[in-house]
Order: sequence, then C-alpha cells, then structure tokens
Amino acid sequence: MTTESYPLGAQAGSHGNWLMKYAAPQAFFPLAGKMIPWFGTLAALLGAAGLYVGFFVAPTDFQQGEVYRIIFIHVAASWMSMFIYVVMAGWAALGLVLNTRLSGMMASALAPTGAMFTFVALWSGALWGKPTWGTWWVWDARLTSELILLFLYFGFIALTTAIDDPRRADRAGALLAIVGVINIPIIYFSVQWWNTLHQGASVSLTKSPSMATTMLTGMLLMALAAWMYSIAVALWRVRSIILERERDAAWVRELRGQE
Amino acid sequence: MLGGLRSIIARDVRLSMRRRGEVLNYLVFFVIVVTLFPLGVGPEPALLRTMAPGIVWVAALLAAMLSLQRLFAADYADGTLEQMLISAHPVGLIVIGKMVAHWLLSGLPLTLLAPVLGLQFDLPQKALAVLTLSLAIGTPVLSLIGGVGAALTLGVRGGGVLLALLVLPLYVPVLIFGTGSVGAALSGMGAGAQLSLLGAFLAISCVVAPWATSAALRVACD
Repeated sequence: MTTESYPLGAQAGSHGNWLMKYAAPQAFFPLAGKMIPWFGTLAALLGAAGLYVGFFVAPTDFQQGEVYRIIFIHVAASWMSMFIYVVMAGWAALGLVLNTRLSGMMASALAPTGAMFTFVALWSGALWGKPTWGTWWVWDARLTSELILLFLYFGFIALTTAIDDPRRADRAGALLAIVGVINIPIIYFSVQWWNTLHQGASVSLTKSPSMATTMLTGMLLMALAAWMYSIAVALWRVRSIILERERDAAWVRELRGQE
Repeated sequence: MLGGLRSIIARDVRLSMRRRGEVLNYLVFFVIVVTLFPLGVGPEPALLRTMAPGIVWVAALLAAMLSLQRLFAADYADGTLEQMLISAHPVGLIVIGKMVAHWLLSGLPLTLLAPVLGLQFDLPQKALAVLTLSLAIGTPVLSLIGGVGAALTLGVRGGGVLLALLVLPLYVPVLIFGTGSVGAALSGMGAGAQLSLLGAFLAISCVVAPWATSAALRVACD
C-alpha cells in the first residue's frame, strides 16, 4: 500500500545530518563493530568491580546474612528488564515514524537480552525468596508484573520470528511493543491493587532503613555493567541481523570478498 | 460516515448469522469450560462461590480468544479486506465496525449467559448483577484489544496460538478489575471503584485499539 521508501539514511548523507547517516545499516555496521569492544570492556570492568564490591567489600546484612548478596545481580537484572522494554518500544516508535530499517533491527536485537534479564530477575528473586521468605514464589505485585513482562517479551519475539518478511515483522513487532508499553503501567498498577485486595498480610521486600553505601555502590556498579553489557550484546546482535538481511547487497558481498 | 459504520456492522452480523453454528460453538465452549472447574476443584459451595467470578472471567477470555481468529481472517483470505482498506471510508471506522459486530456476536451473548452460570455457583443476586455489568463493560475491551492481536497475526504461521500469546498478557487488567468488582460485591464493599476502572480501561482501548489495529492491517496487507 504505502510506497516502499528507501531508508532515510540512504539519502540523508547529502543533507549533512550525521545521525541520519548512521540510520543506514551499511553505515552503522562498521560503527557498531568499533563500539562493541568499548562497551564490552566497560561491562567487564564494571562487572568485575561490582562483583568484588558486592561479594568482598560490602558488609554482611545483619538480618539476612550472606543471602542478601543476590541483590547485586537481582536488582541490576530487574532494572534492565524494564528499561530495555521501554528502549525497545522507543526504537519501535522511531522506526514507525521515520521508516528507518535500522530501528526495527535494534528492537529485535534488544528483545532477547531483555527477556534474558527478566528471566534472571525472576530466577534470582526465587533463589533469594526461598531462604528469606521461605517460599520460591509469592503472588507479590512486583513478581507477578515481572512475570507478565516476560510474557510480553515472549510475545514480541514470537511475533517477529513468525513473520517471514523482515519489514513486515519489524512493523508488526513495533506496533505490539508500543501497545505493550502503554499497557505496562496499567498492568503494574492493576496487579498491585489486585495483590492488596487478595493478600491479607502481604510479604513486602524488607526495606532496610539505611543501606550501607558500599552496598549501594556495588549495586550501581552492577547496574551500569548490565547496561553496558546490554548495549554491547545488542550491537553484536544487530550486526548479525544486518548481515543476514543485507546478504545480497553489494557492500556485504564486497565485505565477504575481502575476507 | 455513520452509514458506512452501520453497513459494516450489519454485513458482519449477517455473514455470521448465516453460519449460526460457529457463533453458538463459542458459547458452548464458554459453558463447558465453566462447567469443568467444579469437576476439577470439588463441589464445596463456599469454595465455588469465591472462585466463580474468576472462573467465569477466565472462560470469557478464552472464548473471546477463540472467536477473535475469525475477526479478519475470512476477509483477508478472499481479498475483501484489501478492498476495504483502499475504499473511501476511514480504516479506523471499518475496524470499529468489525469490532462492534464481533462484540455483538461474542461478548454480548456471553454477558447474557453469565448470570445463569453464576446461579450454578450459588452467587447472591447482588453479585450476579455486578458480574453481568462487569462483563458488559469488560467484553468490549476484549474485542478491542483482541482486534490488535488478530490484525497483527493475520496470515502468520501458527496464528492461533500466537494470538493467545500476544493478547492474553494484555488482558490482565480486564481480568483483575472484572473479577475484583464481583469480589468486592461479594464481600459487601461497593463494586463501583472497580467498575469505573474497567470503564476507564474501555475508554483507553477505544482510543488506542482502533488506531493500532488499522496500522496493523495496513502492515498485513502491504
């Protein structure tokens, strides 16, 4: 129906807009290749520092003992799980508005990482819950909405992989991500309310009155590490997606010829 | 413009009434699913009474899920949908018409049937009224949000299961407010708050869903 326009990046070079220039997969491919080592190294360094602070420097919690150290992984993972969905929806919206091919590729590249972090958040939460709450799972508002978030990621991945035409898959996925991101706050608040209705004495995450600064440092370091890791992995994945989709383009053939 | 809307609704209803069996099948499915629960959890009246709103609502979600597949499928298969998209009528209007027709044939009969099923679960009269009202407000949301999923999965391999995967998580607020209203009525609190929230969700869906569905149909027919 709509005229299949070329990605804006293809013509934008002459306009001198450097951001739009990198919207073309061909231009972005080498840039992503150059950025991956930087973000990867940052992720490794921050992760090592965060784990060191978390496991050796931070004091033992007087209520929970050593078990609490799971939060250094758990908190970072759950922050990223929510953040990545929003970023994904942002890329999706950008792709729908500007009709740039790269945006859809970025959204599909982010989805598996987001789903992975959601799963890690749930799993590490269960591991923490067993010794602390005495149960693997409670229908707490946070846990339930995190689980539904995982389902939303699965839905996005399932939809984009089920459609063969990549452009159609991108646009359908983009619409789903946008509808999902509108729904997430509604789901979160409805689940929270449902939880207070149904559960008399709700188990709430123990709020320590004042968190030791080393704990906070460790958590922030781990969150930054997870962030850098997500960028590095998403860029890596988007490079593969670009190669796969542009395999018949002249520049990819040239690239193959060089190697 | 309204004439176009009316003719879309009339056309879809007429087409479905030519195959009455199909419409009836979803209702029978709804009743069977509800009937299975007492067989699964045991016949204690007190337990069943507290579970009734949840059972009826989950069965309603599943029945809506099944009926959604035919929302656009037949028109897509024979090319009618493409003609509709290039017609002079706004796509959003056509989409709304089809959703209204879908609700008339799935949500409405289901809502009318629910009080009878509620009686089987020994729900008091007040709760029965709230259950019916919550379904009357909530089932249009199922048609609206479900329409987005149906449009996104048009002509996609394994569309049926995929549709459920996409749409069921988005139905969570409807389920919570729908069952919550009946629960509140059962426990003697007013159901007004939940019903209002359900209405608010209906209002949001009325704005977002037709837009998203039209965009998805354009993607599918590209």
